[in-house]
Amino acid sequence: MLPEIGQFSLILALSLAICQTVLPLIGAHRGDAAMMGVARTAATGQFLFVAVAFGCLTYAFLADDFSVLYVANHSQLALPDLYKVSAVWGAHEGSLLLWIFILAAWTVAVARFSSGLPEAFAARVIGVLGFLSVGFLLFAILTSNPFDRLVPAAVDGGDLNPLLQDPGLAIHPPLLYIGYVGFSVAFAFAIAAMISGDLDQKWAKWTRPWTTVAWLFLTLGIALGSWWAYYELGWGGWWFWDAVENASFMPWLIGTALIHSLAVTEKRGLFKSWTLLLAISAFSLSLLGTFLVRSGIIVSVHAFATDPTRGFFILTFLAVVVIGALILYAWRAPSMDSDVGFGLLSRETFLLLNNVLLVVATTLVLIGTLSPLVVEMATGEKISIGPPWFNVAFLVPMIPLVILLGMGMHTAWRTQKSDSWVRVFKIPAIIAVLLGVVIPLMIYGRISILLVVGCAAAVWIVVSSLILPVRSLLREKGTAGITRSALGMCIAHLGMGSFVLGATIVSAFGVESDQALTPGGSIEAAGYEFHMAELRNVQGPNFSAIEAVIEIRDDGDLVATVLPQKRQYLVQKSPMTEAGIRAGLDKDLFVALGDQLGNNTWSVRVQYKPLIRLIWLGALIMALGGLIAISDRRYRVNVREKAVSETGEAEATA
Amino acid sequence: MNRFVWPLIAVAGLLVFLVMGLRHGDPRALPSPFIGKPAPEFELPTLKIPEVSIGTETFAGDYALVNVWATWCVMCRAEHPFLLELAAARAIPIYGINWRDSRVEAIRWLDDLGDPYLASAYDADGRVGIDWGVYGAPETFLVDPEGTVIYKHLGPLDPVIWQREFVARMSGGGQAE
Repeated sequence: MLPEIGQFSLILALSLAICQTVLPLIGAHRGDAAMMGVARTAATGQFLFVAVAFGCLTYAFLADDFSVLYVANHSQLALPDLYKVSAVWGAHEGSLLLWIFILAAWTVAVARFSSGLPEAFAARVIGVLGFLSVGFLLFAILTSNPFDRLVPAAVDGGDLNPLLQDPGLAIHPPLLYIGYVGFSVAFAFAIAAMISGDLDQKWAKWTRPWTTVAWLFLTLGIALGSWWAYYELGWGGWWFWDAVENASFMPWLIGTALIHSLAVTEKRGLFKSWTLLLAISAFSLSLLGTFLVRSGIIVSVHAFATDPTRGFFILTFLAVVVIGALILYAWRAPSMDSDVGFGLLSRETFLLLNNVLLVVATTLVLIGTLSPLVVEMATGEKISIGPPWFNVAFLVPMIPLVILLGMGMHTAWRTQKSDSWVRVFKIPAIIAVLLGVVIPLMIYGRISILLVVGCAAAVWIVVSSLILPVRSLLREKGTAGITRSALGMCIAHLGMGSFVLGATIVSAFGVESDQALTPGGSIEAAGYEFHMAELRNVQGPNFSAIEAVIEIRDDGDLVATVLPQKRQYLVQKSPMTEAGIRAGLDKDLFVALGDQLGNNTWSVRVQYKPLIRLIWLGALIMALGGLIAISDRRYRVNVREKAVSETGEAEATA
Repeated sequence: MNRFVWPLIAVAGLLVFLVMGLRHGDPRALPSPFIGKPAPEFELPTLKIPEVSIGTETFAGDYALVNVWATWCVMCRAEHPFLLELAAARAIPIYGINWRDSRVEAIRWLDDLGDPYLASAYDADGRVGIDWGVYGAPETFLVDPEGTVIYKHLGPLDPVIWQREFVARMSGGGQAE
C-alpha cells in the first residue's frame, strides 16, 4: 500500500508543480497578486508530497519490501540499516527521486527567504523552479518509477552494489545533488531577470548567497567522492578524470567563475550579460552531467542504469531548458550591459581573467570528455582519453589562474595605482619563490621546474590570502576590520593554496609499489618496512573477508598497524578491496590487498602519499570560506530591507 | 547577428551531436572487427588432455558458441550455471577458451562446478585471445556453420541475452552486424 501512496504523491506533486509554474508566471506578467500568491503555497505543497514519496521509498527499503522492484534489485535482508537508507539513492530511479526532493527543498528555501524580493520577481523565480520540477517529475513518473511492483515478490533482494556500501559514498550523492541542483536557483534568478528585463546590482546581491551555498555543497560532494575513490577503489589515486567525475567538475568550474563574476556585477554593475550566461551554463552543465551519467552515452566506471529512452527524455528536457534560456538570452542580454569603464590595472581585470581561464579549463575538460564520442562516431573506434592528457591540458589555464589569484585579491576596484600595488607583493613573492625551492629540495630531496612552480604558487596563494585577515587582527582598536565576505574569500583561497600544495607534492613524491607478501614476511617501500604479522578471516554482516595485519616500521620503530581487507560480498559475489590506511597530515601510508598469488601469498599494493590530506582539507577550507562569506551582514539585512530602492553602493573592497 | 546568439548556436550544435551519439547505439557494444569474417585461425592444446589439440576447424559444420573464460574471472562464475543449462539442453555446441589461467586450477574448477564445454582450448599466455580480440573474460562468440563469427557478447551470458541476441541470429539466418 505505501508504495502506491508514494506513487500517488509523486503525481500530486507533479500537478502542484504545474500550478507552481503556470499561475505565478502568468500572474507576474499581468501583475495579478492573487496568481503570484500561489507560488509559495504550491511550492510548499509540492515539497510535502515529494517528501511523502521519498519517505515511502525509504520505508520500503527499511521494511525490506521486496515486492517493490527497485528495492528488490538494490537491497538485501542482511544489509545494515544505514546502507538500506543510502540504497534509496544507490541507483537511477531513487537518485532521481532524491534529485527531485532536493530541488523541491531548494524551492521551499527560496520561497521562505525571498520575502525581501519584489513580488513579481519572486513569483517568476519560483515559477521557473516549478518548471524544472515538472520536467524531472515527468521524467521519474514516465520512465523511471521507483515504485514499480515486482510480482511475485522476491524472497530476498539482490543487494546494494558493494562499492556503494560505505559511509562516504552514502552521503556523497546528497551533497553533490544539493550542489548540482542548487545552481538551478541561480538559473531561475537569471531567467526571472531576463523575463522582466531588469538586472541591477541588487539582483546580483540576491543571487550571490544562493550560488555560494550551492557551490560549497558541490565542493564538499566532489571532495568526498575523490576521498572515497582513494580509499575504496584501492588504486590510491584521488582524481581519475573519469567522465562522471568530469560531469560534476565542469559545473564546479563554471560555478566558481559565476561566484567571481557575480562579485563584479554586485560591486560595479559590470559583466551583467556574462554573469547571466554563466548562471545558465552552470545549471546546463549540471543537466548535461545528469544526461551523460544516465543515458549511457559515455562508458564509465560509474555506469548508472543505461537506457536510451531515458537518454532521449533528458536530452529533450535539456534542449527545452537550455535552448529556451539561450533564446531569451540572445533577445534580452544585449540591452543589459552597462558601459561603466574600468582601468587596465583593477580588480575587474583580474576577475575577468579568472573567468576566462576557468571557462577555458571547463572547455578543455568538456572536449576531453566528449572527444572519445566524436572519434567513435567518426571512425567507429573506441578510444579513451586518459589522465595524462587531462593533467597537462588542465595545468595550462590553472598555473596562470593561481598566480593571478594572489594579485587580484589585493587590487582595488576601478583602478589601482601601480606603485603601492607592487609594494604589497614584494614580500609574498619572495617568500613564495624561496619556499618553492626549499620545500621540495629540503624536505623531499628533489626538485624540478614544475615542482617549484607548484610549491611557489601554493605558498603565494597562502601568503597573499593571509595578508588581509592578519592586518585585520593587528588593526588599531575602533577601526573597521575585515568584512565576513572578504574573510570568506581569503579563507576559500587559503583552501585553494592547501589543495595546490597537496596535489603538487603527492603527484611528485607519491610512491606506489606492488609486491608479493606472505605472513611473517616483510617488504620495503619509500623507506618503510611493511611486515605482514598475520592473515586471518573475518566476518561482516553481509560479507566475509580476509584481513591482513600489517605492521609498518620506520627504522625498526612501529609507526602503525593497518588492517587491509579483501571482502567477498555474499549476494553479489564480487570481491572488494578495503585499504588499510595510516592517515596523517604529513603523509598517508596505504596498504591494499591485491590478488592471491599462491596458497598464502598475496600481491600487496603499498603506497606512500605525502600531503595527500591537504587536497581534501583544501576543499573543506574552501567550503568553509563559502560559509563565512554568506554569513556577511549585508545578506541578512537584505531580507529585512523590503523594497528599499537604493542601488548597492560600490564599496572599496569586496 | 549579435554576439549574444553565439552561445545558442554552440549549444544547438552540441545537442545535435549528442542526439547523434545517442542514436549511435549501445555504447557497451564494443565493436569487433571480426564480426562477419571467418573466425581467426588457431591451434591450441585442449585443457584436459594437452596432447590433443583443438582449432578453428573443430567448430565447423554447425553453429558453435566459443566462450572465453578463466578461474580468476568473477563474472565467469556467475554465467557458469547458465552455460551448464545450455549444455544440458543441447542448445548449441559450446567450446571454451581457457584464457591466461593455470591448467590445474581450471581443471579443478570444471570438476567442481561441472563442465559445459565439449572441449576447452588452453590459452596460457593469451596469444589466441589477442587474435580473437578479447577485451576481458567472459566473452562469448557465436560462430556459424561456415566458420564465420556472427556475434560477440561481452560480459556474462544470461537467458535474456541468449534469446535476444543469439537465438535470433541463429534462426534468422544470422545477420552480421
